Amino acid sequence: MSVQTSPQPADVTPAPAPFLDVRDLKVHFPTEDGLVKSVDGVSFTLEKGRTLGIVGESGSGKSVTSLALLGLHKGTRAQVSGEIWLEGRELVALPEAGMRALRGRTVSMIFQDPLSALHPFFTVGSQIAEAYRVHHKVSRKEARGRAVDMLKRVGIPQPERRVRDYPHQFSGGMRQRAMIAMSLVCDPELLIADEPTTALDVTVQAQILDLIRDLQEEFGSAVVIITHDLGVVADVADDILVMYGGRRIEYGTTRDVLKDPQHPYTWGLLQSMPHLSGDVGERLNPIPGSPPSLINLPDGCAFHPRCGYKGWVPQGRCTAERPELRLVSGGERHLAACHLSDDAKQEIRGGDGPDGRGAAAARAAQ
Amino acid sequence: MTAADEREHAVSTTEPGTGQSTDRLAAENLLEVRGLQKHFPLRQGILFQRQIGAVRAVDGIDFSVGPGESLGLVGESGCGKSTTGRLITRLLEPTGGSVVFDGEDITHRSPGRMQEARRDLQMIFQDPYSSLNPRHTVGTIVETPMRLNGINPPQGHKKRAQELLETVGLNPEHYNRYPNEFSGGQRQRIGIARALALRPKLIVADEPVSALDVSIQAQVVNLLQDLQREFGIAFVFIAHDLAVVRHFSERVAVMYLGKIVEVAERESLYTRPRHPYTHALLSAVPEADPDAVERRERIRLAGDVPSPIDPPSGCRFRTRCWKAQDKCATVEPPLTRAEGSPTGHLTACHYPEEPTVTAREEDIVLDPALG
Repeated sequence: MSVQTSPQPADVTPAPAPFLDVRDLKVHFPTEDGLVKSVDGVSFTLEKGRTLGIVGESGSGKSVTSLALLGLHKGTRAQVSGEIWLEGRELVALPEAGMRALRGRTVSMIFQDPLSALHPFFTVGSQIAEAYRVHHKVSRKEARGRAVDMLKRVGIPQPERRVRDYPHQFSGGMRQRAMIAMSLVCDPELLIADEPTTALDVTVQAQILDLIRDLQEEFGSAVVIITHDLGVVADVADDILVMYGGRRIEYGTTRDVLKDPQHPYTWGLLQSMPHLSGDVGERLNPIPGSPPSLINLPDGCAFHPRCGYKGWVPQGRCTAERPELRLVSGGERHLAACHLSDDAKQEIRGGDGPDGRGAAAARAAQ
Repeated sequence: MTAADEREHAVSTTEPGTGQSTDRLAAENLLEVRGLQKHFPLRQGILFQRQIGAVRAVDGIDFSVGPGESLGLVGESGCGKSTTGRLITRLLEPTGGSVVFDGEDITHRSPGRMQEARRDLQMIFQDPYSSLNPRHTVGTIVETPMRLNGINPPQGHKKRAQELLETVGLNPEHYNRYPNEFSGGQRQRIGIARALALRPKLIVADEPVSALDVSIQAQVVNLLQDLQREFGIAFVFIAHDLAVVRHFSERVAVMYLGKIVEVAERESLYTRPRHPYTHALLSAVPEADPDAVERRERIRLAGDVPSPIDPPSGCRFRTRCWKAQDKCATVEPPLTRAEGSPTGHLTACHYPEEPTVTAREEDIVLDPALG
């Protein structure tokens, strides 16, 4: 399948092939209830040294996308199509043996829950050393030394002693550091972090995010960070991809997406969160309803049942026709999938200023 | 409760609270908590179990909640905020201290007599999946508190339950459905309807939105806020999300390792935190604003929260604090009124911060892994 025939238009890519190029990725799961289209045509690119944040609620397909990058759907019932190009190699068609050689070495992953991702029966050190020995012909002693170095690098005190500890002897933040050490032990070029800080406290979360950023600068790897927290992506990501119902709805630089969001779902996400400096007298403006079922997504725009602005689009296009991802006028690579015209968006959001017209429009629309 | 536990309570002395958290008279408060403690014993041995220590989950805290007021309780996991919630509702038996609710001491009430107080004192739980009985219909779940307390509303149980479902934004026709037919946000609404069934004066909400999707959180926060305003219910709102607490609570208490380190009015706490821990906590909250990320100062504490089995001597935060001096290791700082604060800003620190957030220019990074 080529880029031109994909249902969503190809992104504006620079002339040399990007480091990571995902084109029209689809992951479908056949179930008794029907075909679950967890990921339905997702494309993005990522250069080395850059960070992409994938944002979405539960069931938006963000984690399934990340598992596909690692080829972890191979050998399951999942139907994966599309293309994943990593440095000129295509990963979707790559057999499991080939994927194995990459996994851990070129592509590695930090999982959300370090307690279930670490094996309780083996010491932390032996698990890190194992990851190294799979890809490098070194003695056990050398690998252990490498594990100590990595633990030290991620800030675990007394690494020579802690390398012999079991995962349960580590605190939550230290386990996540150990996971990061394990995923970085082979200097991967692509690091995927699936909700790396969701299980952690804010002070520890800040440490871990800083650590990922520092290590990225040091190793120059590309990072995909998956989260539901817009604050986390604002902190670490260069680009943001917002997913809803398995599809992309908005894609652009962090500044574009957060400062000049173009999709009503992104507006909703930003408005429904209280801010540390917001006005406490003001009510939160939640998105009504709940995320859609992936078995029968609504026709047209998947977000239309929860969207307060479909009245602004003539002839009910929102319910009939799925909006294409198109370039936002005035933006270089800011894409959004919404039928709303620029004028309508301007009018809706124009009132976010002091006159409060937009807020009134939002209330009227609901 | 075992006999050993009972002896423990008899021995433990109730220390009178030192901090006065507000200018209100104690008698006017709906809830008065003084010197509250909960130590979970650690035992060793198979036949003759002896106590080898205790997890000091809550270790002497004082606070009060006025009628219709919302107090936020924030802190990281393991700081004792959920235990505090369970002590107030007496789902746990306090080891020491006192809980006075609505003028009556409920610290060591028997479960039978506690039922009376629970008419006015309800709880909303964190996990909407495990807090609803999957074999009961929604109607049964919401009606049970009324039946247990022998309350017979004039319109009948079913009608009243349906009214409650409507109040929390659910379809009253869903009365006969089971919890598994509802989404997480809807289940949390069922839990709220159940808490409202007895028209309580105080609701302890333990992380009511943290298990929900971002877009659903705001719906539930708005609902709780409406209920608070409409029915004048007081709330103890326990959460780790500082922004949500700020939105919901007029007064906020920050806990660290079983102690309250700072209590203040919302505005005072968030704009002028005095305790270094509160300051660090606020600086760590990620904000969805690229400009804020650049502006913000960076305070990165080293390591994790110490173990509550053997907390640090003196000030418990000193092991992670950048202002710690010798005094901090020996003398435990009491919760005292911050200088120049008329609104009752209490902080437990020997060297409190200057009352401004933007005063500091440089970052404070204690974490050895970060450059």
